Amino acid sequence: MRLVLERRAERSTTIAIASPLIAIALTLVTMTLLFALLGKSPVAALWVYFIDPLTDAYSLQEIAVKATPLVMIALGLSLCYLANVWNIGAEGQFLIGAVAGSWLAVRTNGTDAGHWVLPAMLVLGALGGALYALIPAICKVRFGASEILTSLMLVYVADLFLDYLVRGPWRDPKGYNFPTTPDFDPVATVPVLIEGSRLHAGALIALVLVAGAVILLGRTIKGFEIKVVGSAPKAARFAGFNADQLTILTFLISGALAGLAGIIEVAGPVGNLRPNISPGYGFTAIIVAFLGRLHPLGILIAGLFLALTFIGGEQAQISMRIPLDLTKVFQGILLFYVLACDSLVLYRIRLMPTHHRAGYGTG
Amino acid sequence: MGLAEAIILAVVTASTPLLLAAAGELVVERAGVLNLGVEGMMIMGAACGFAGAYLTGSTLIGALCGIAAGMALSAIFALLTLGLAVNQVATGLALTILGIGLSGLIGAGFVGEKIVPAPQLHLPLLSNLPFAGRILFAQDAFVYLSLALIAAMWWFIYRTRWGLVLRAVGDNHASAHALGYPVLTIRTCAVLFGGACAGLGGAYLPLAYTPFFIPGMTAGRGWIALALVVFASWLPGRLVWGAYLFGAVSILQLHAQGAGLGIPSQLMSALPYLATIMVLVVISRARGSARSAAPASLGMVFVPDR
Repeated sequence: MRLVLERRAERSTTIAIASPLIAIALTLVTMTLLFALLGKSPVAALWVYFIDPLTDAYSLQEIAVKATPLVMIALGLSLCYLANVWNIGAEGQFLIGAVAGSWLAVRTNGTDAGHWVLPAMLVLGALGGALYALIPAICKVRFGASEILTSLMLVYVADLFLDYLVRGPWRDPKGYNFPTTPDFDPVATVPVLIEGSRLHAGALIALVLVAGAVILLGRTIKGFEIKVVGSAPKAARFAGFNADQLTILTFLISGALAGLAGIIEVAGPVGNLRPNISPGYGFTAIIVAFLGRLHPLGILIAGLFLALTFIGGEQAQISMRIPLDLTKVFQGILLFYVLACDSLVLYRIRLMPTHHRAGYGTG
Repeated sequence: MGLAEAIILAVVTASTPLLLAAAGELVVERAGVLNLGVEGMMIMGAACGFAGAYLTGSTLIGALCGIAAGMALSAIFALLTLGLAVNQVATGLALTILGIGLSGLIGAGFVGEKIVPAPQLHLPLLSNLPFAGRILFAQDAFVYLSLALIAAMWWFIYRTRWGLVLRAVGDNHASAHALGYPVLTIRTCAVLFGGACAGLGGAYLPLAYTPFFIPGMTAGRGWIALALVVFASWLPGRLVWGAYLFGAVSILQLHAQGAGLGIPSQLMSALPYLATIMVLVVISRARGSARSAAPASLGMVFVPDR
């Protein structure tokens, strides 16, 4: 007997909705085994990971804080992936956005600049991310260089550039030699929503962007073009859609969103520019995009879920001494299951007798 | 030992992990499969290779552990992309994320430990020749193995029947299937071979390059190996030049940093990555609109009809 794939006549809508849930369930089973393997009580560990953070107000706010950059980046990435454009350098665009916006915060630091500073920083951040994303887009469109490799290489370059700035020209002279810029002025800081908490206005921006993406994909011609170019390139050519132009457009949008997420992160929860401002948001956002089935509302839910794993992972490290790397393992396994379950939307698996041509099998 | 000699020795050592990983990926891509998980397989090879060598005291067992780790990850990749027809790009990314996480988990207990690095094999008499002696005849076993691997690959791809079948599968999977060749089986073998090579390349880092394990020590070498395959236009011979060129860039930037030329060290560290982008652009542009050198079925999903 052997297993073969058989293409379904139509996409299965039931499985399309159920597949992320099945994937999460399978991941939890795998995690249970992993916890047991590490010699930890699976029930207690899963509780700390997934239930504890939901029970107190502080953790709930932290989930929203962590989900904000994830959702913003993943929205942009989903446009790329829908158009079959493989931007995997969102982490770099996030960092460059943070750098570009921070430039203004550093320049105006200690002056009596007014409330125009923060909006200008956000614009600069989005612009920086978009321009950085333009590099792989142009390399792809003009020269045919694989955008996968160029965008990924630029992550390392961005990381080193940020490192250079905060250790060199932008370092706070009063910062005890720590590699950070001075703390941003109040006018250069994203305001918090609730006094005394870390939940900031960036979360609202993320929600607005989700709504914007719903409209772009569901109600506009450009959104339609993006989907057609990705799913039916031949039909797109017949219709006269310009694939190169869409490559550049999706890269620009996703770069801008990643850059905006970057500047909001440093001007919000972090408070100044320093190395390690991202625990890999740009890469985790790839998982968010796929777990959300490349749909804006799905991405919102998936972003909250993966933010939960970040918070749960931190708490599990503190209270149960579970290594933080387990969160990455968890995220990787989750992406595998999501992709595998997605395959079942298009195909069904059938058990076939090995000698099916001989005619004595049961089919 | 003169400075030039020392630099060349360092270049060879820096190039070998790239060459090993890229050699495996070249075979995978020749079979029409794009496995972007090289970085993940390499870092797992590094963690498991170090663990094996540290626990047993044997470089050989360490190398075998690295190979096994790379193959295990590539088996997951094969199951998903070949068995379940999942998108290869996304699966490769998942493999890298998983590999980085798992290697941190496995390697956590070994950070700060040291092992005896792989010995250099001195060929009697020859290695005593001035200058060229040490460079040509006193490398560690992995260096010779990597070059032998390239030679064997060239022979396999161009001089054997199954090499021809491999290329056919990569260039037109539908025709190869119609001729009765087991496309998915051949691709699975290629993917496993690629995993073994990436695991070995990763294991080389803690076993010979630096005798300890640091989380994330591959530092993007897996991605550079992927770029090397493009640079080499999928030709095994050119892979050697590419790998040694990149090894040279990464060593020369280290020496330039040491010389203190007043250039920010971060800019020098970024050179290998910038060079990769530059090379990809130049190579892709030179090929222009003419028929691409890439295997025609590269990255495409294949589900055989019955």
